[in-house]
Amino acid sequence: MNAPARTLELGRVGESVKRVDAIPKVTGEFAYSSDLFAAGMLWGHTVRSPHAHALIEEVDISEAVGMAGVHAVLTHTDVPGAKAYGLEFADQPVLAIERVRYFGEPVAIVAAEHPEQARRAAERIRVAYEPLEPVVDPERATEQEPIHDGRPTAGHGFRDDPRPNVVRSIVIRHGDPDAQGEVTVSGVYELGIQDQAFLGPESGLAVPDGEGGVDVYVATQWLHVDRDQVAPCLGLDPEQVRIHLSGVGGAFGGREDLSMQIHASMLALHTNRPVKMVYNREESFVGHIHRHPAKIWMEHRAKRDGKLVNVRARILLDGGAYASSSAAVTANASAFACGPYAVENALVECACVYTNNPPCGAMRGFGAVQSCFAHEAQMDKLGAELGMDPVELRLRNALAPGDSLPTGQKITGSFPAAEVIRRAAALPIPEPEELPRDALRLPGGSGNTTRGEGVRRGVGFAVGFKNVCYSEGFDDSTAARVRLAASDDGIAAVVHCAAAEVGQGVVNVILQTARTELDLDEVVLGSATTSSVGSAGSASASRMTWMAAGAVQLACRAAKDELERRGGDLEHGETIDVERVYHHRPTTPLDRETGQVTGDGAHVAYICAAMRVVAEVDVELGLTRVVWIGTAQDVGKAVNPQAVYGQIEGGIAQGLGLALMEEIQTQDGLITNASFTDYLIPTTLDMPPVEAQLVEEPEPDAPYGVKGVGEPPTVVSTAAVASALRDATGRQLTRVPVRPDEIVGLP
Amino acid sequence: MRVELTVNGERREADAWAGESLLYVLRERLGLPGSKNACEQGECGSCSVLLDGRLVCACLVLAAQADGHELVTVEGLGEEAGLHPVQEAFAETGAVQCGFCTPGFVVATADLLARNPRPSDDEIREALSGNLCRCTGYAKIFDAVRLAAGS
Amino acid sequence: MDVLTPTTLDEALRMKAERPDAVPIQGGTDVMVELNFDRARPAVLLNLNELAELRGWSRENGSIRLGAGLTYTEAMEAPLAEKLPALAEASRTVGGPQIRNRGTVGGNLGTASPAGDALPPLLIGDAVVELASIRGERTVPLNEFLTGPKRNALADDELILGARVRAAHGAQTFMKVGPRNAMVISVVSLALTVDRERDEVRAAFGSAGPVARLVSARLADLDGFPERVAAAASPIDDVRGSAAYRSHALSVLTARAVERCLQ
Ligand SMILES: Cc1cc2nc3c(=O)[nH]c(=O)nc-3n(C[C@H](O)[C@H](O)[C@H](O)COP(=O)(O)OP(=O)(O)OC[C@H]3O[C@@H](n4cnc5c(N)ncnc54)[C@H](O)[C@@H]3O)c2cc1C
Ligand code: FES
Ligand code: FES
Repeated sequence: MNAPARTLELGRVGESVKRVDAIPKVTGEFAYSSDLFAAGMLWGHTVRSPHAHALIEEVDISEAVGMAGVHAVLTHTDVPGAKAYGLEFADQPVLAIERVRYFGEPVAIVAAEHPEQARRAAERIRVAYEPLEPVVDPERATEQEPIHDGRPTAGHGFRDDPRPNVVRSIVIRHGDPDAQGEVTVSGVYELGIQDQAFLGPESGLAVPDGEGGVDVYVATQWLHVDRDQVAPCLGLDPEQVRIHLSGVGGAFGGREDLSMQIHASMLALHTNRPVKMVYNREESFVGHIHRHPAKIWMEHRAKRDGKLVNVRARILLDGGAYASSSAAVTANASAFACGPYAVENALVECACVYTNNPPCGAMRGFGAVQSCFAHEAQMDKLGAELGMDPVELRLRNALAPGDSLPTGQKITGSFPAAEVIRRAAALPIPEPEELPRDALRLPGGSGNTTRGEGVRRGVGFAVGFKNVCYSEGFDDSTAARVRLAASDDGIAAVVHCAAAEVGQGVVNVILQTARTELDLDEVVLGSATTSSVGSAGSASASRMTWMAAGAVQLACRAAKDELERRGGDLEHGETIDVERVYHHRPTTPLDRETGQVTGDGAHVAYICAAMRVVAEVDVELGLTRVVWIGTAQDVGKAVNPQAVYGQIEGGIAQGLGLALMEEIQTQDGLITNASFTDYLIPTTLDMPPVEAQLVEEPEPDAPYGVKGVGEPPTVVSTAAVASALRDATGRQLTRVPVRPDEIVGLP
Repeated sequence: MRVELTVNGERREADAWAGESLLYVLRERLGLPGSKNACEQGECGSCSVLLDGRLVCACLVLAAQADGHELVTVEGLGEEAGLHPVQEAFAETGAVQCGFCTPGFVVATADLLARNPRPSDDEIREALSGNLCRCTGYAKIFDAVRLAAGS
Repeated sequence: MDVLTPTTLDEALRMKAERPDAVPIQGGTDVMVELNFDRARPAVLLNLNELAELRGWSRENGSIRLGAGLTYTEAMEAPLAEKLPALAEASRTVGGPQIRNRGTVGGNLGTASPAGDALPPLLIGDAVVELASIRGERTVPLNEFLTGPKRNALADDELILGARVRAAHGAQTFMKVGPRNAMVISVVSLALTVDRERDEVRAAFGSAGPVARLVSARLADLDGFPERVAAAASPIDDVRGSAAYRSHALSVLTARAVERCLQ
């Protein structure tokens, strides 16, 4: 077993501590954003485009307006302020204007007393569309009509790429991109669209404050950036929009972009009633962005001894209809394209394009997942070509502190790539289990398809890495506020930090840090709203532990200093209230032409993981059972070891899902499997036991040496599972999710 | 239409639109949002409740079908003295992350252990295969079930 | 929308005669998904949950009678599971425990999906479907009852009472291919029995044509049987799998099932 089963109630940094929200979550009392209720509340509903690309000729709401129970029917003409918003570029209309660019794009919104009334009214809104040819092939998108007027992402310091429909393109030229090796392997790799599939659907409650402003209770990853997008569209000052963190039922990147926030607020302000919106599962699949599907061409040139000489990669990401965080995903996919290996020469060309496919943006692993799948397949191929053990090959090339990435950035912090490889490779793999055994422990599982016929075993290995914190000059700082007051047994503290608790356990990081710094048990978590404390930045990029710990540490130390100044004690009624903002070390943009670092460097720090997978594959039916996964992960310092193991196990499950079953399928831009019936995520019978080892090599710049832990398991597990499948089947398996057809060798 | 049922030992009644699921009535009419609404298509088990002692998805029961029947939801699992042992175990082992799946898992686990107090690992996996969790990868959920079974 | 909840079968049949547009709902595992996702808004729902007449199963002169309200969980329990092993194995593949506790054989017949997992095991057991209305009762062989994808021979005023099926006379098995190891709608499925009394191998497949379908052969004539079963299928490409894969898998499943049942 990985983690201690027993936890402490009030532990400090480095101890396994029971989640502070565990009890309300197990009893059902914890209030998620879909559980909210207010007196006089109405239900909002969204009318969405059935087309992937069409002109809107007319929206006729006249019939819907007068229906029983209906209080508002709004279209783009009712958007009070800015008509468009976006995480990085405001290219997405609040409600479609003249044109829809993807299947499910919001066109109108309704508020009614009962959800059924809202649905019936929505049905009566007549939208006349003139369908347009959708741009759906990313390889052809740069030759087709632009789907956006102007170039929404041009002029942001990005490389000038005049082709239509380019969101961002990056070229990294490192060393001599024409350098030759003694051995060359190449391949073309593809990944389908993955969905975050968090279980808590998009939902929330908007409550008008009676003075023209609005309070929005919502599940999000970044309160302040929500506010900064919502307020302009409502035509309000930021202070008039207060975003409150409600219970978040998982996020994984899918809640970085807005969903129902502006819509519910518009309806609430229009009706002067609280408005609740809850997406159903089908709507959720169109209501948020997905992981970018990718096609990757890679060539590795190496010496006979396995040393990499040159990596050449071309990466094409399909960003879908709106930019979301595509520009940053593009940067990650290219910066990490060569893997955690030292390569002196590289040429990486990466482009993300607009299409009329589902919009893509942030998902756990953020660009690194796609690249890792390709570079690890290549490393396996190279190992086979050289007749070299795959672990040995990786060790020979492992990046280490002092080495440089293809972006030219020198690794200055901790980077135990060789150590994670060694530790993962040293984990003993389980012996093959004898037959006969219950079908549940065979490929096909409860489907009862084999008693052992056709079953082959394979062992795979992969290594991956990515960055922690935002990059390329973005100062994603985090604020924390500490309030000390006299209590019956001394001093009690309240800590506010707007870090979004999305399930990852940052609430415990905040509390454990505060207890450690203040040397106090009595620490309470204060409210997280945009009005109680400054921005925390996003719960993403594996950054929240580092940044929240940094901010809470600063605020606590300031509060303690103040307490000392006041003689070490507080009178009854006397308080200390300090807020501090923590910044990670500065970063700078990549050179727009060469992709090489400028100034301080593009990234703050890196995290890596290595993984070993044992799988059994029924090679006649193409079905798989992953038997066991062993991993070693670079975590810096585990603040709450139990939670770290939990992140690793959960992150692996998502990568395994992408390897084996998860894909949003589309036809001419329309999603054809928007349900949990046909978009499959791993069940209890799909996840193997995980043996995880934490490699704690402190990050010099970070509080307590912490790093992030959420993403590496997802980055590496897709590649590692695919590697095991290749070993079992002897097939190339260049596309994930791997379809049974490919395993059995059907065209 | 009017629906009368016993929820967690209490007689409750609600006026509902005829097309409403039991899940909607619990969450939106009876003030019991503990049962979750992750899919409303029977695929995730987050809405698991015990209907006349049998584990079912509340999202797939028509509210009117529960009329006159007995229901236990996650809110009614705990004992007077405090948490149900399964709830304790989930909190203790780190089986809860975002927690959205937790009420469903807790109810399904309580049902499993009531029928089979010492389940094997295969039995645990099969009994919980109708409950999806997107956060934990299930390992700590299995730890929780084993801990609860031992207690 | 309205819900009618009869407490006796007679009352139910009268209601159905009066309101032929009423949609029966038993376990609700198909009907509720339609309602929750706004794909159907029937004027009336006919709740069959209170009808004792539809529950359980019984022996009837050598055959087994399954009530329409028999759940998958019940079909997995002894002694029924020993009499109809393929149905029990199929039931174990249906959804998760929550679905198996509610979903019924009658509902599977009512939905008549090509992917209905109860159908292949019933087909290899020569099932006949029992239907009733105020006009009287009738029985229809299952292969005639299934008239197309999600279509069956049920008249507007009729309800399904249950199915009569031949108990296993020899080994049986059921296999279902899905892209994950639990909780899947079948990509392709197969029920097979070696019936030594009749000197016959009977195979029925699901999800490989518009309806589940039976193919049989003499025990002495098993050469090429897997290919014959695959050839009898007319699968399509859809989000769950390709036609080519379904045909391929069907012949693999058949070969394995024959071997399993001959042992
Ligand atoms: C998550 C999930 C997983 C599933 N997995 C599977 C699976 O693996 N395999 C599979 O085969 N199915 C599966 N299903 C579908 C469903 O569970 C089955 O078809 C089940 O047998 C339906 O039974 P029910 O009693 O719930 O039917 P209901 O939903 O109550 O009814 C289904 C249909 O039958 C009609 N009907 C029901 N009873 C009668 C009657 N007595 N007389 C006339 N008409 C009647 C109804 O009007 C309706 O048209 C799944 C469903 C869900 C939600
Ligand atoms: S909400 Fe009922 S099963 Fe998912
Ligand atoms: S804890 Fe988030 S879905 Fe299970």
